[in-house]
Amino acid sequence: MSSKESILSSIRELNQVEKPLPDLPHFESAQDLVGTFQQSLQNNKGSVISALDLTDLVNSGAFPKVFSGSKLIPDLKTFELPERGTDLNDLDLAIIDGQLGVSENAAIWLEDENLGLRAVPFITQHLVIVLEKSKIVGNMHEAYSLIGLHHSGFGVFIAGPSKTADIEQSLVIGAHGAKSLRVVLV
Amino acid sequence: MSHPSQAANFLKDEKRAHWHDETLWFVREKRDIASKNIPEWEELRKLASGIKDHVLSKLDYYLEELEQKASANGIKVHWAKDAEEHNEIVWSILKEKKCKAIVKSKSILTEECHLNPYLEKRGVEVVDTDLGERIVQFLKQPPSHIVLPAIHLKKGDISEIFHEKLQTEKGNEDPVYLTHAARKHLRDKFMAAKVAITGVNFAIPETGEFVVCTNEGNADMGVHLADVHIACMGIEKIIPRRADLGIFLRLLARSATGQSITNYNSHFRSPAPGKEIHLILVDNGRTKQLKREKFKNSLKCIRCGACMNTCPIYRRSGGYSYGSTVPGPIGSILSPGIDVKKYSTLPFASTLCGSCSDVCPVKINIHEQLYEWRQEITKAQGWSTKGLSMKMANGIFTSPLAYKISGKLLRASLKNLPKSVIYNPLNAWGKNRDLPEVPKESFKEWYLKNRS
Repeated sequence: MSSKESILSSIRELNQVEKPLPDLPHFESAQDLVGTFQQSLQNNKGSVISALDLTDLVNSGAFPKVFSGSKLIPDLKTFELPERGTDLNDLDLAIIDGQLGVSENAAIWLEDENLGLRAVPFITQHLVIVLEKSKIVGNMHEAYSLIGLHHSGFGVFIAGPSKTADIEQSLVIGAHGAKSLRVVLV
Repeated sequence: MSHPSQAANFLKDEKRAHWHDETLWFVREKRDIASKNIPEWEELRKLASGIKDHVLSKLDYYLEELEQKASANGIKVHWAKDAEEHNEIVWSILKEKKCKAIVKSKSILTEECHLNPYLEKRGVEVVDTDLGERIVQFLKQPPSHIVLPAIHLKKGDISEIFHEKLQTEKGNEDPVYLTHAARKHLRDKFMAAKVAITGVNFAIPETGEFVVCTNEGNADMGVHLADVHIACMGIEKIIPRRADLGIFLRLLARSATGQSITNYNSHFRSPAPGKEIHLILVDNGRTKQLKREKFKNSLKCIRCGACMNTCPIYRRSGGYSYGSTVPGPIGSILSPGIDVKKYSTLPFASTLCGSCSDVCPVKINIHEQLYEWRQEITKAQGWSTKGLSMKMANGIFTSPLAYKISGKLLRASLKNLPKSVIYNPLNAWGKNRDLPEVPKESFKEWYLKNRS
């Protein structure tokens, strides 16, 4: 008997009575979606900047290598993505569009089409996500009902810069992924 | 070694034990604040518990659906009945890819299967990339907590091991400095690894995808830079619908660390062009636990660690005192299911205060199961010192004369016996406690003298 068969048959021989799958109710969320989102992002050590701030940031010279895949703020400095993520180890700043944001926790949903290469938001030293204010929802339930079953090979909720508290519970920003997260609300 | 003797070791360094206790309580308090911000918290727990009950009641169906949908998405699905088969599957993939160095993000399942030593014996360099796990890996220790692997260490310890392994400045204990040194060191490992291994937080049969949650981004750094992603999951990690993630992601991080969500919540559905994803479904005793009516709902656990942070015993005895991959209250009901003899003392490492059950996001009745395991273990062992004293007490309380005499005897002996007899090793409650001063007379004697 294959391992698959042996695992499945040892479950089947229990003849369990099926327990009902609960329906998911609707849960109320914050009234002020944008304000709550900003507060949640601050709690996660991210920040909100304006589109003007972003232009200044890109032109400041502080970030030698900038990639932008943003369609919401077009014509930003960028370059053609390489084939392999490992060729992005010197990426200083990545700017990408988010699909929707969640006010209760500042999580922003991104799919393959937003990323270009899956490694982009992780390998970059600093990350900017552009998000339409109208795409901010109240909680995770609303977020998943909007995302639905839409097929993307990869999808991710990003809620802040990379962080860790593994040394004596002291919060340190910039563990492996982006050292900062700025969100431009348009 | 038994839990009491390991706990005694931990308590030798009183200052550090106190620090450990306070630090975990701090995490517990953060969890309280986060949960109280959600008015529907209790309803979310009830829903999560109900969803998991449902999954366990038709796990065979969902496992097959997961395999079918994931395969259709281009994920290669493997089945492993035990740890050995799991390790063999990983090894066969590494051999095929001629891979001698891998990066791994946090996976309690691979700890349970002892994958690291298995691969190291075969000449593979395994690099744990979660900062806490990397620290304990340098020290050749297992994680002492499932969410906070290095919580038993002080920054001085970490500074020392980083000085030795990563050539950081001697004596520099700044967490920012140490974390950034690890970032640099691990980036090189990420850049070089052809295969990355991750655990799985949730798998969704509806879409054939699985979800991995981290704060550091180490799972994503690993898998998106490597050619091959191997994800290892226990068969109980299933939740049926994508929408159910809304419930579980709201509960997980709030219960674990008091954050409103983990930083990176990655949904893997198909491999990127030219890459591979393997998903290994592992039983390793889970179907056996499912057979045990009293204990099967321990399989609902989502590994948040809340029961450890709140447990008065865990906080004061440390993760290593349990000697099992998953320590703390949940580990004490899971581990006896794997080896009841080896882990026979764990269900007794509890005050049965019930705090673990109160904080559990999927409402596992942990303290009741601890009590049930005690019954099983005591039955299997035949007798215990506590059982013996209960029998004696039964005799004393049923005979008025025996009660009268025993009281006098006890008062006299407690006053006059040498401390070594009262605080002997058989009396666990005598450790670190002083008995109250013994009254000269019983209440009955006092009453006869003063009120009659």
